[in-house]
Amino acid sequence: MSQKQEEENPAEETGEEKQDTQEKEGILPERAEEAKLKAKYPSLGQKPGGSDFLMKRLQKGQKYFDSGDYNMAKAKMKNKQLPSAGPDKNLVTGDHIPTPQDLPQRKSSLVTSKLAGSVMDRMETYASGQVE
Amino acid sequence: MFFHLDFFHLVRTTDIISTVEFNHTGELLATGDKGGRVVIFQREQESKNQIHRRGEYNVYSTFQSHEPEFDYLKSLEIEEKINKIRWLPQQNAAYFLLSTNDKTVKLWKVSERDKRPEGYNLKDEEGRLRDPATITTLRVPVLRPMDLMVEATPRRVFANAHTYHINSISVNSDYETYMSADDLRINLWNFEITNQSFNIVDIKPANMEELTEVITAAEFHPHHCNTFVYSSSKGTIRLCDMRASALCDRHTKFFEEPEDPSNRSFFSEIISSISDVKFSHSGRYIMTRDYLTVKVWDLNMENRPIETYQVHDYLRSKLCSLYENDCIFDKFECVWNGSDSVIMTGSYNNFFRMFDRNTKRDVTLEASRENSKPRAILKPRKVCVGGKRRKDEISVDSLDFSKKILHTAWHPSENIIAVAATNNLYIFQDKVN
Repeated sequence: MSQKQEEENPAEETGEEKQDTQEKEGILPERAEEAKLKAKYPSLGQKPGGSDFLMKRLQKGQKYFDSGDYNMAKAKMKNKQLPSAGPDKNLVTGDHIPTPQDLPQRKSSLVTSKLAGSVMDRMETYASGQVE
Repeated sequence: MFFHLDFFHLVRTTDIISTVEFNHTGELLATGDKGGRVVIFQREQESKNQIHRRGEYNVYSTFQSHEPEFDYLKSLEIEEKINKIRWLPQQNAAYFLLSTNDKTVKLWKVSERDKRPEGYNLKDEEGRLRDPATITTLRVPVLRPMDLMVEATPRRVFANAHTYHINSISVNSDYETYMSADDLRINLWNFEITNQSFNIVDIKPANMEELTEVITAAEFHPHHCNTFVYSSSKGTIRLCDMRASALCDRHTKFFEEPEDPSNRSFFSEIISSISDVKFSHSGRYIMTRDYLTVKVWDLNMENRPIETYQVHDYLRSKLCSLYENDCIFDKFECVWNGSDSVIMTGSYNNFFRMFDRNTKRDVTLEASRENSKPRAILKPRKVCVGGKRRKDEISVDSLDFSKKILHTAWHPSENIIAVAATNNLYIFQDKVN
């Protein structure tokens, strides 16, 4: 059984081997990647990796303002054409209220939300009485 | 010893396949997709005329299992995507399976109808009631053969038991109960009772600010109805015994590989998160899949796995961009073959990997239409890590990370595998002779 362990090259050993061969850099590939990430996003890692993404994971799912918003969005997806307004009305109210579909595409990855702070986080912060 | 895989069958579906599962005999193969549909394929009986003609898998039944819903309380959409399908062992002529989305588990009955009653006394041919005054004789309906019809009916709906998103379901070996696991809780159900379930694991902290890990997968032991395991986002596995207490928050066994603290990086915890856990058919081992490796653990040894296989270690130097494009959070599954001698898991670029536990040989194969022609043996692929790239190799930078194989299945007794590549289902079979 110990023989298998040596042959299998667990992750840590691979890193160490690379460390030996990359004496110039002297860092694990993961550390190099971490440095790259920190250089791009300096505010990352202020909180440990844990809570933020776990919270985001628990919240998965597209958020709508209410059920009316949801049903409008579904109807819009089904037929791309605007509902025809009566001849008296120039504008359809629904066109002025932005729906999630109308907003420019936001990258929904965790990176963006952690850096910018999601709307949800802010709402919850205000709701709990704290002010930033 | 590695067998030669033969490209066999390809089905193009309209939506991204989200789960694949063979039933206990391998006669049926079910797929679930992002649109909430379940498609079941049935293996053709081998023709007696052509001895070497292998049974093909043809569509047997298609049905809409789940529809999108709206959670009014939280104003969140509930996706209809099928997260998991699990078959029940066959006990009569009908087939039963469990399918689940994020919130609701359903038990579906798939049955065949090949006879129809004809000659009703009180109804006419179109089903309209006859005027009783016109009925002067007694007639008993007779069953006549009809074209085979396969119907799927929902027999049970197990709803409203999960606050968080269901990631796993597992049928107990007692065939009377099953469990459903979400990010923080695991519930035990009886198939007959839909309005209650027992909560058997609850890792929700009193204060959500203290949340440090979530449940990522769970499965019952294949033979011991009291035992199950669940894996976490921190790379640990807990084995629980339901005889010990009603709420199994205290594990019976705790599996964790010690980490060298000098190797720790920002990515360590993320890549250690276990995306799938599977018992071996023998029940002696568990296999876990984390982002870069597949590990085999002996149930009798908690302090480290007995085998570790590198799936795509070359991604270690790409972790920054994989984090940025969210690929680092991809949840790959892993499967055992029928004899527990070979394990398989997916990767990127439509590659999937197989590891032979006995010979320690491994192979990388590709599921793609360009490279697969009927009756042509699948060619092993190789990723070039650095330096000079050979003609047939692919460099790490050319890998297509949008082509990921997350879901695969292995026939329970034969060398037939099903591989889901986005919206394509590939079925490969060992070449006869």
